[in-house]
Amino acid sequence: MNRVVITGLGIVSPIGNSIENYWSGLINGRCGVDYISKFSTKHTDYKIAAEVKDFQADDFLSKAELKSTDLYSQFAIFAALQALRDSKIKGNIQPNRFGVYFGSGLGGISTVDTEFMHMIEQGTRRVSPYLIPKIIANSAAGLIAIHCEAKGPCIPIVTACATASHSIGEAYKTITHGYADAIIAGGSDAGINPLILAGFSNCGALSLKQNPYQASIPFDKRRDGFIMGEGAGALILENYESAKRRNAKIYAEIIGYGNTCDAYHITAPDPEMTGCFNAICMSLYGLDNYMANDIYINAHGTSTPKNDKYETKVIKNVFGSKAYDISISSTKSMTGHMMGAAGAAEAIATILTLYNGLIPPTVGLYEKDIDCDLNYTPNVAVKKNVKIGLSISMGFGGHNACLTFQKVRKN
Amino acid sequence: MVLKKLKAIIEENASILYPDITLDTLFKDLYQDSLEEVDLLVKIEEAFRIKIDLRKKYTTVKDIVDYIEQVQND
Repeated sequence: MNRVVITGLGIVSPIGNSIENYWSGLINGRCGVDYISKFSTKHTDYKIAAEVKDFQADDFLSKAELKSTDLYSQFAIFAALQALRDSKIKGNIQPNRFGVYFGSGLGGISTVDTEFMHMIEQGTRRVSPYLIPKIIANSAAGLIAIHCEAKGPCIPIVTACATASHSIGEAYKTITHGYADAIIAGGSDAGINPLILAGFSNCGALSLKQNPYQASIPFDKRRDGFIMGEGAGALILENYESAKRRNAKIYAEIIGYGNTCDAYHITAPDPEMTGCFNAICMSLYGLDNYMANDIYINAHGTSTPKNDKYETKVIKNVFGSKAYDISISSTKSMTGHMMGAAGAAEAIATILTLYNGLIPPTVGLYEKDIDCDLNYTPNVAVKKNVKIGLSISMGFGGHNACLTFQKVRKN
Repeated sequence: MVLKKLKAIIEENASILYPDITLDTLFKDLYQDSLEEVDLLVKIEEAFRIKIDLRKKYTTVKDIVDYIEQVQND
């Protein structure tokens, strides 16, 4: 079986649209949550979100592509092109051995919203001919393949908020078993629109706090729901031998992946967390030579009352008393919940933690909850040379994913 | 008059930059793909407040100008 390493990274996020800015934002505790600017919230209960800032799609897309792509695809293409440039893999891989595993939780949902209004106000004839290619959840994957000349396996994975983690995990399995030499893996979502926010608010998942800096507060006693984010994350996963041959920069090695389903409820997590427990254990399979102090966990940490409590419980179930020695953080405290992109953004945060020896904080964490009593790295980044990084993601539908990364020597 | 307005609509909405649109310009040279073809025809519909048969093929710009003038005179 082939070893798989990470050789390129790309990001569009509420705290930066480059890896440098994103990492700088994370370690400085920069919060990307603010008052919503995309539309008026005068008559809504929700007021804040984590929007991407300063994103200009016409910097890298043609006029034709601008017309035919939803924002979620634009985010995806930009992140993928960053990762491609970062990896320097172009020209060093056969196109039919280069794949794309890139998903989205909501697809082109903002286009659905807009075009539905066109239809209601102006009739069916005014529905854009670009509607279908813009909204389908595989557009991002297809467009990335076009831009990156990737003619290998190409699939979008859709598992709600675990989408990008599953994309990365399945890409890892594909390369491990020799079906591709490299894959652009990740996820994208751009769902900050009135319809989606209303839906999340009305199902009780969204925070209705009005202070942007005290709303996405994972593990804090005062948490009341997640804050909607948006963006895209892209990673180049590559066969280790291929990376070594071309002397590529290697950020980390991916060494484990767990994929399970709760089969419990379409939105609520299983209180027993058996599915998540199994996913974490699957991703740790074969790993038995590390101390708890060597481990970092990037938690799913959504800032909902149930998730953070149950996730704390499952980490304790997996690691026992050693859980208290593990450094944990939720970067959703800074980026909000990036939906289908979250798993990729958090995998990138985990990889950069290993690469740089610095644990990003959980910001806004000031009041302890007795049910959340582990070390969540409150408010300030901590310098620590961890060797193993876990990234946990869970999604509506009961989807669980856990990825395990290992630090490599810098080359 | 119709040609001038049609040229303005095409220049604003088409992704292809065509240097000098005349009556003899082939319509297929003005758009990127079939989706953009429909998009342009719908924009022309809106601007001239007429209904265009979207499934009909228009070979030249003159064909579209003639169609618009015919509908406007009816």
